[in-house]
Amino acid sequence: MSKPLLEVKGLKKYFDVTGGVFSKKVGEVKAVDDVSFTVYEKEVLGIVGESGCGKSTTGKALLRLTEPTEGEVKFAGKDIISLSDEEMRKMRRDMQIIFQDPYASLNPRHKIEKILGEPLLVHGIGSKKERREKVERILEIVGLPGEAAQRYPHQFSGGQRQRIGIARALIVNPKLIVCDEPVSALDVSIQSQILNLMEDLQEEFGLTYVFIAHDLSVVRHISDRVGVMYLGRMVELADNEELYENPMHPYTRSLLSAVPDPDPDKITERVILEGDVPSPSNPPSGCAFHTRCPEAMDICKQVRPEFTEKSVNHFVACHLYDDDVKDRSQIK
Amino acid sequence: MKKPVLEVNQLQTHFFTDRGEVPAVDNVSFEIHSGEVLGVVGESGCGKSVTSLSVMGLIPKPPGKIVGGEILFRPQQDEGEKEENLVKVSKKRMRQIRGNQIAMIFQEPMTSLDPLYKIGYQIIEGVRNHRAVSKKEGRQIAIDMLKLVGIPRAEEIVDEYPHQLSGGMRQRVMIAIAMACDPEVLIADEPTTALDVTIQAQILELMKKLNREKGTAIMMITHDLGVVAEMCDRVVVMYAGKVVEQGDVRTILKSPKHPYTQGLIRSLPKMGKRESRLYSIPGNVPKPGSIKNGCRFAARCPAVFDRCYQENPELIEMKEGHACRCFLYDSKEAEVSHV
Repeated sequence: MSKPLLEVKGLKKYFDVTGGVFSKKVGEVKAVDDVSFTVYEKEVLGIVGESGCGKSTTGKALLRLTEPTEGEVKFAGKDIISLSDEEMRKMRRDMQIIFQDPYASLNPRHKIEKILGEPLLVHGIGSKKERREKVERILEIVGLPGEAAQRYPHQFSGGQRQRIGIARALIVNPKLIVCDEPVSALDVSIQSQILNLMEDLQEEFGLTYVFIAHDLSVVRHISDRVGVMYLGRMVELADNEELYENPMHPYTRSLLSAVPDPDPDKITERVILEGDVPSPSNPPSGCAFHTRCPEAMDICKQVRPEFTEKSVNHFVACHLYDDDVKDRSQIK
Repeated sequence: MKKPVLEVNQLQTHFFTDRGEVPAVDNVSFEIHSGEVLGVVGESGCGKSVTSLSVMGLIPKPPGKIVGGEILFRPQQDEGEKEENLVKVSKKRMRQIRGNQIAMIFQEPMTSLDPLYKIGYQIIEGVRNHRAVSKKEGRQIAIDMLKLVGIPRAEEIVDEYPHQLSGGMRQRVMIAIAMACDPEVLIADEPTTALDVTIQAQILELMKKLNREKGTAIMMITHDLGVVAEMCDRVVVMYAGKVVEQGDVRTILKSPKHPYTQGLIRSLPKMGKRESRLYSIPGNVPKPGSIKNGCRFAARCPAVFDRCYQENPELIEMKEGHACRCFLYDSKEAEVSHV
């Protein structure tokens, strides 16, 4: 197996909730609550979960775009949490991000040339002429004509804008790209174009992706390994094939069964979850999923399950797989 | 067989803008029978939402206008009423029908409820407009509707405001509002797009139940083919303001004929197996009104030939109930290609 590029240990991000006249802290939202995982070189790690599960916050915390409350993030063996702002800025040359909304993430007043040239300028790469050439080359790589550089964002469609967003991340030659829902705002026929482009680029430039999405079939397509998040916690992490064929956590199972299949002949046995996702400002005790879990036991309400390796490369946080719960027939 | 409860014939809805006349819906025809779920599928800008707004009589005018065609509504509950053309009826009559016999669930549960009114009021508002119901009875109806759509603590929720509910709950309230008058036709415009998959599964289950128990005809507008396979009996595929293919759900998803439908299905990532590369349709969805002559899909079509750029293809009946708008299946072309 290849070397680890990014190691995350015990990552936490709490947002303060303030209230009252003096905006005193009255509570906190545990957006990311003790998440650990490793991303290996040249792999695609997919992170899936429903809205509010903390997947986007995790992505941003990896780049310190939002400052993590606690935890360790190591990039290429270097602890990036302790870096100064200036050192971090330099570091970001190797770690880039693609945002979800291709309409909101490009400045409407700047020409594409300026949008794409800015990362180069920030990192002091090349002369003015070299930068211009680089912009043209990168546009070609993502499948846009060179003259696109002289146009404004509003002159492009959603799919084309997302190509520009990809070009902007790619232009500084990064090692790692965090992709935060890069295709969820796009139409189906455009979505597949962008996914193919991202795969081509990964191969060509030896990129590593952290691919955040809520669409399970998209993640299935692009990822090597997949992590599932629920209420700020990673509940399961395994190889792509293993996770989709042999999901262990009850949440993963119900999530997979909830996806409607476009094949009318396929009758899926559906586990329909009751109720809504609880609020992360007041997460349930013990296992956060116990309020909706069809297989909840007494222990789930009290003790938070450890995130441990239950079979080779298959991590789960669930009491069902504790050693002392051997006889599974007793559960019900 | 009974006549369809809703029949749309050659509907043309155009928008008159500074840049000229834009045919957002161009000669669209389809029908929905009582108790049936019809899926309307297409990408953004294909005219599926404008079609549903036309049926509801909610096209903003100006700039929009229905310039041709008819929308025939045949209520089946009361024998006395006969068919009406919704394009022609008076505003007053349309108000009597809208919300009462034809109701709609809008896409955004976050923005389509009024934040200033209590949930109960918003449910009863439509009922009180159409039927003589006292406030007390109305409250009871609201509570019953909330229970029907599976909202817990219905007695308390009626007195709460939209911001106190989650997205899934709000969408249930939207369904409760639409179902409150027991409509014959329910139009659902992307009812689950803004929701998470586990909540989406709950909402779809609920709509299926209402369709089965009350026999409500549902027109389901969506871009998600998974939802279509799950819910619909028949499917209409739209592209750039035109119906390009229609048929029963199995035919459309299993053996589509139109190159666009084929491409759309092939470009979906599949959950079951992992392919090395996704199929993709080249190019972009054309802007409404930008293509004047020929087939609207010609520029992106893998099977395009000269005639596609010059003439407009007609809907060709493939077999009973399955039609496709493509020259590939024109009998004249078949002869040519055999030579």
